[in-house]
Amino acid sequence: MLFGIPLLSLIIWLPILFGVAVFATGGDRNAQLARWIALAGSILGFLVAIPLYTGFDTSTSTMQFVENHSWFERFNVNYHLGVDGISMPLILLNCFITPLVVVAGWQVIQERVSQYMGAFMMMSGIVNGVFASLDAVLFYVFWEASLIPMFLIIGIWGGPNRVYAAIKFFLYTLLGSLLMLVAFIYLYQSSGGSFSIEDYHHLPIPLNAQILIFIAFLLAFAVKVPMWPVHTWLPDAHVEAPTGGSVVLAAIMLKLGGYGFLRFSLPITPDASHYLAEMMIVLSLIAVVYIGLIALMQADMKKLIAYSSVAHMGFVTLGFFIFNAYGIEGAMVQMISHGFISGAMFLCVGVLYDRLHSRQIADYGGVVNKMPVFAAFFMLFAMANAGLPGTSGFVGEFMVIMGAVKVNFWYAFLAATTLIFGAAYTLWMYKRVIFGAVASPAVEGLQDISKREFAILAIFAIAVLWFGVYPFPLTEVMHATVDNLLMHVDNSKL
Amino acid sequence: MQTLYLLVPIAPLIGAIIAGLFGRYIGTTWSHRITISLVFVSLIASCIIFWDVLEGNVFNGAVYTWLVMGDTSLEIGFLIDQLSATMMVIVSLVSLMVHIYTIGYMHGDPGYQRFFSYISLFTFSMMMLVMSNNFLQLFFGWEAVGLVSYLLIGFWYTRPTAIYANLKAFLVNRVGDFGFLLGIALVLMYFGSLDYATVFENAPDMAKETIELIPGSSWLLMTVICILLFIGAMGKSAQFPLHVWLPDSMEGPTPISALIHAATMVTAGIFMVARMSPLFELSDVALSTILVVGGITTFFMALVAVVQNDIKRVVAFSTLSQLGYMTVALGASAYSAAIFHLMTHAFFKAVLFLGAGSVIIAMHHEQNMEKMGGLKKYMPITYWTMFIAALASAGVPGFSGFFSKDAIIEAVGHANNPMIGFAYFCVLATVFVTALYTFRLLFMTFHGQPRMDEHTKSHLHESPWVVTLPLVILAIPTVGAGWFIGPMVFGEYFSNAIYVSPEHDAIVKLGAEFTGVVGMMMHALATPPFWLSIAGIFTAWFLYIAKPDIPGKIKETFKPIYVILDKKYYIDELYSWLFAGGTRKLGTFFWKFGDIKLIDGLIVNGSAKMVGWFATVVKRVQTGYIYHYAFTMIVGIFAILTLWLY
Repeated sequence: MLFGIPLLSLIIWLPILFGVAVFATGGDRNAQLARWIALAGSILGFLVAIPLYTGFDTSTSTMQFVENHSWFERFNVNYHLGVDGISMPLILLNCFITPLVVVAGWQVIQERVSQYMGAFMMMSGIVNGVFASLDAVLFYVFWEASLIPMFLIIGIWGGPNRVYAAIKFFLYTLLGSLLMLVAFIYLYQSSGGSFSIEDYHHLPIPLNAQILIFIAFLLAFAVKVPMWPVHTWLPDAHVEAPTGGSVVLAAIMLKLGGYGFLRFSLPITPDASHYLAEMMIVLSLIAVVYIGLIALMQADMKKLIAYSSVAHMGFVTLGFFIFNAYGIEGAMVQMISHGFISGAMFLCVGVLYDRLHSRQIADYGGVVNKMPVFAAFFMLFAMANAGLPGTSGFVGEFMVIMGAVKVNFWYAFLAATTLIFGAAYTLWMYKRVIFGAVASPAVEGLQDISKREFAILAIFAIAVLWFGVYPFPLTEVMHATVDNLLMHVDNSKL
Repeated sequence: MQTLYLLVPIAPLIGAIIAGLFGRYIGTTWSHRITISLVFVSLIASCIIFWDVLEGNVFNGAVYTWLVMGDTSLEIGFLIDQLSATMMVIVSLVSLMVHIYTIGYMHGDPGYQRFFSYISLFTFSMMMLVMSNNFLQLFFGWEAVGLVSYLLIGFWYTRPTAIYANLKAFLVNRVGDFGFLLGIALVLMYFGSLDYATVFENAPDMAKETIELIPGSSWLLMTVICILLFIGAMGKSAQFPLHVWLPDSMEGPTPISALIHAATMVTAGIFMVARMSPLFELSDVALSTILVVGGITTFFMALVAVVQNDIKRVVAFSTLSQLGYMTVALGASAYSAAIFHLMTHAFFKAVLFLGAGSVIIAMHHEQNMEKMGGLKKYMPITYWTMFIAALASAGVPGFSGFFSKDAIIEAVGHANNPMIGFAYFCVLATVFVTALYTFRLLFMTFHGQPRMDEHTKSHLHESPWVVTLPLVILAIPTVGAGWFIGPMVFGEYFSNAIYVSPEHDAIVKLGAEFTGVVGMMMHALATPPFWLSIAGIFTAWFLYIAKPDIPGKIKETFKPIYVILDKKYYIDELYSWLFAGGTRKLGTFFWKFGDIKLIDGLIVNGSAKMVGWFATVVKRVQTGYIYHYAFTMIVGIFAILTLWLY
């Protein structure tokens, strides 16, 4: 806590309160007001998150900025917040993305503006709550609450098939997380009446119970990540979601799953994690190779990027289950970096979609002739998506591959195929959309990006390049936490 | 001095940023002025560093910590020794010449500033690659030059062939990088560091280490690492079977064909293997592999060059073949000879490419040599510089190519390796082929009767000075660079940077016989390479000047062979069917069957249907009639009572 201000509470509730304020502006007559309040709130939300980084003690793995108040005394449920080296970067990422998403929807969204902006503001606060919660019930509340704004965003501002996609998204993720609740209740019982996540980390559990808990968690987190084979909601959700929804979905929502593995699965059920590690690695590698090949064949740009997200998130789960520092830190870096890159990629597709109202690759061609500045940005993000060194996309993949080879050469071999497939699907799409002669009268009429679009893409570009050239600050904050986690995972809890 | 080290890569980077981001505001003239002066700064700094290194000042140090992962620290840093200093001078010199040449070649192109930005960015990347003191930064530079190559091959992005070629180049290179990265991963795993100095120091301890990739068959760790690293080199240096991208890369503007696809970038693989000599020396299997790959590339690619009619493609296949020479030299542990040939080749091949570019300007972007001929009197400077370069390429004594190529052939002759016979045949036979295709190019272009149309002919003239000046400047080392063979190949020059194990003593034996450059030339007169080269030139003269109707007849008589060569052994067709087609089929199958049918169709929507079906069944029971419910209740009560009573 800094100067007595409950910083984490501020980070969670400030965006939510601003969200309420945005809602309160009412109908579309006050749209401009709603936009400005949302922008002010989101920027403020980012500013208040900065002390989280500057005041962070990198030498310790204990929770920092802790707040602990009793909530439901009878069941020992607490309003317990705190961050460590795993959750802090993710909160910063979320606070960084929110203003950009608000600006990205500035002009595109003309209907129900206050609801749209309000939903994103609330989403931002809720997600911060997920990352900061140290109480299982509080976590679960935030976790499920995060579904609602996204469900609405897809269902209201989405494409033609939005209802199917929204319901698929909702059911998939809800079914996954229900079992997590069962696991929490079991843990509550066996810990003698505690909902503290940190207590669970030290709770001895027999192997078969660990396996069941692991699987319950797995269903919740695997759907969110998403891992193969529970990934099929993602392409549909992305295709139907508005640009801002896709950005938040890819950049933030998927990270909830990855975070869950680190906060729950690995430390609470270390023996089950080791026991099932091979299965997890195989699933991750399937995501990298199989999904990479599927991405190659997509005709819809958003689907392609959605599948590419699944493949990239395969590196995250692979990194977790090889149980070494390279892998886990690499997976964390990959999560942050994927937040920037996939966000930027979806924005790029959004820029094209706003102009031509098509996401089909075949409808484009020769865009560079009309939109050279945009093409340059898109090139940078495409290369980052293909994991080019010097962009943040390389760092995480590199670290995970370095970690995987320590466990088994062939894991690294299969993971490294992303070098080829990642480049193939991204650059082939880029070639068909951007390069070539002007393909149609519609493309002929394209206007290059506006100042607002330029600003958003430039901020993403700086982030992608910065963490590619100098990723040091990113891992610096994680070392203590990751070391502690690894120690934890290596100690049997039987 | 350390500021100077930084200046070498940073100066062109600044130029690239200025021309790239602000090019449209500062205009064409200032774009080239700024980038050229910054590359010039880089050249001057490289030369100063080179002199400093000659005095024995070697540097190895970090610039900043890139990343700490776990307990491993990865740094960006420089290793300045004889090898990197030599490369720095070559790169900055050729780069500067190409920058100047570009003023003429790209004049009036709408992407003028962008082009300067790219080639400056390339210079930066290549410098980072050669100056690196660790594997990671090497990989950075490695991929960065690949990126710039991609951007430049596709520079004229409206051409379908160009954007096909650049995608192909990037992907084929990625296949190489795939191996390279795995090699790096194994290095990190076994040595715990990616620093050259640490790895090389500990390499001998790892010489006996084995690794089981497939259970039951154990390999020497060094063999696995070296072959993986060499796969990277095969991609970048376009060695068979990853050579397919280089001929297509000729879709890019000619200045970059000279700079990137002949003089510098494609030699990165050669440089890398030479840099890693302390590792490669520990694995005879890896060296044999290199010999075979290099031998195949040398000979078979040279043959293809003989049947090409596109002037740039002849030079491109010649580059493949010459890179093969360097690779063979690496396999024979004659690293210094490989680097020496890298240097001489950089000069004479740059002249050949830039000269070809000069011809292409004069011919209004016609590249077919069958429509040229007799250009000698219109373009004397281009002709004479290319003539010198052709002599160097064919290995005529006195010219730089002779010394480097002869050193390689002799080294292969003296080496002991199970594959040496094959490699020796390849490098020897290729001498003849090289002379043949080089002079075929020269004769078809500059001699004989003009075959172009009248309009083109009336406009023929020598290129402007910005084009001819680089040709003349580069022609000087094309003649003279060879005379440094004594210290560079046989002397102590590289002894610091390159390690050769005592068993691989080919270069040492040669050095003992070496009696100076004149002695070497005299000695050459009595050896087969010289006569093969002369025979090649004579054959070219006979076929294309004395009896120009014979080539057509030969083509008809040996049609099948001609077609195979013309189709480049059908390797492109095979790859596009097998790899491009295969992955697309597999991707479609996974998508349509795996995702849509199996997961979504059967499991996701199937379970939704199951719930729906179950609901319909259960729905029937809920009829809404009270007497149905009452009846059910009564049955239930009876059932419970029965259970309870008995």
